[in-house]
Amino acid sequence: MTGAPRARRRTPWPLAAPAILGLALLVLPLVGLLVRTPWRDLVGVLGQAEVLDALRLSLGCATIATAIALVLGVPLAWVLARSQARGIALLRSLVTLPLVLPPVVGGVALLFAFGRTGLLGRWLDSWFGITIPFTTAAVVLAETFVAMPFLVVTVEGALRAADQGYDEAAATLGASRLTVFRRVTLPLVRPSLVAGAVLCWARALGEFGATITFAGNLQGVTRTMPLEVYLAMQTDPVAATALSLVLLLVSVVVLVGLRDRWLSAGAR
Amino acid sequence: MKRLALLLPALLVVALLGGCGAGGQSGGGGVHGSIRVFAAASLTGSFTALARQFEHQHPGTTVQLSFGASSDLAEQIDNGAPADVFASASPTNMRQVVQAGNAEGSKPFASNTMEVAVPPANPGHVHRLADLARKGVKVALCQPQVPCGAVAREVFDNAGLTVHPVTEEVDVKSVLTKVTLGEVDAGVVYVTDVRAAGRQVTGVPIPAGVNASTQYPITVVRGSDNGATARAFEQLVLSAQGQRELAKAGFGRP
Repeated sequence: MTGAPRARRRTPWPLAAPAILGLALLVLPLVGLLVRTPWRDLVGVLGQAEVLDALRLSLGCATIATAIALVLGVPLAWVLARSQARGIALLRSLVTLPLVLPPVVGGVALLFAFGRTGLLGRWLDSWFGITIPFTTAAVVLAETFVAMPFLVVTVEGALRAADQGYDEAAATLGASRLTVFRRVTLPLVRPSLVAGAVLCWARALGEFGATITFAGNLQGVTRTMPLEVYLAMQTDPVAATALSLVLLLVSVVVLVGLRDRWLSAGAR
Repeated sequence: MKRLALLLPALLVVALLGGCGAGGQSGGGGVHGSIRVFAAASLTGSFTALARQFEHQHPGTTVQLSFGASSDLAEQIDNGAPADVFASASPTNMRQVVQAGNAEGSKPFASNTMEVAVPPANPGHVHRLADLARKGVKVALCQPQVPCGAVAREVFDNAGLTVHPVTEEVDVKSVLTKVTLGEVDAGVVYVTDVRAAGRQVTGVPIPAGVNASTQYPITVVRGSDNGATARAFEQLVLSAQGQRELAKAGFGRP
């Protein structure tokens, strides 16, 4: 049986066939986009002030949303993974709800909570004169609402899979619970933390429905790239494809750049 | 098995009757079968009523309705969506379809003017059009690229007002939603939207002298595989009966 090692290396066809189909399903629409893109107009599109405004806003808001998701989401993931409290299963499904909620409904829900007549927004308005909708803060809030579950679910899965023996060993050696979390638990789940943050950032960058419903649509304030693309779609579909390509290119550059840094840092 | 044996003859009878019905109709001008009507979102109420009337007047026909932003619908038709009739909220989107070779021409069938919509509690104390230009009044408009946004700006130009909206929505229904939810003090929408919203909003009329309007054109899409029925539906919209239904919703004559 000399052929055995080679046969083992080759992907078995029951896996290869659906894998290729799956790849085609994901890649073909992108190829369609590339084929129809007016490459010569791309530079001109990038030079427009409102496009630059939208790009700046998109990158800024998605990054802040990811930062907030890390600060709030990682502790939340830890609680969901490690807490023995009753009702934690219910809590876990509540956290994943924004994943299945149509984003437009998410936007309306945000209005019901933080809008001028919303549960909390009513008091913010009458006590402090703060109204969140139609501000850049609303964009960040909408993106965090939609994207944070991706981070929480990813990190929680890793925490549950991680060997708790290391945590216990560190604790018996006298480390405080916070030190264990910081120096042992977090480094153990680092790859998932990075993956979760990247997923979260990417989802926030492409956010459309909740943003347009909750934050509205105004150049330089709340009009992010996906909204700019939708706007262009109404008048000039060709420009819209150019815009979406800009968004794609920027995200690929950022993700590839970060991935190299994170991977080399992780290998150390 | 027994139930199946009973069912089969019943199915046969139904099939035969259906065949007869269709045959009889095709004798009378070929108005039968199903058509798809793509119509601007603002036509939702009137076209739903007209479709039911059409099906009643021409037994054996079905009218499938697809409502959306005129620009989206035009884009779908130009990309090969199976539409038989297209009713647009602006001549611009109709021109897009005609220029792409997907329609021969079009006929205007209605017009729509603008009105200010405010939440029933009227938190911004908006009583006249000029109040929209006041500082601190939160106004939602459509983006200038869509018909409702272009017409709203025409109104402001006519009245010599400068209005800074807090948001530029993608379509008129989104503007209305922001008003009904009380998130803005006022929105500029079509007269028909204020009427359709009922008690959820209060209308503040815009003086006829400064108001502006938009034309609604209709066409039979080229490549429709049920042209006769599509033309019959177009005729119904243009007829006195169609005009009565549209007037009920607040539309003006073309």
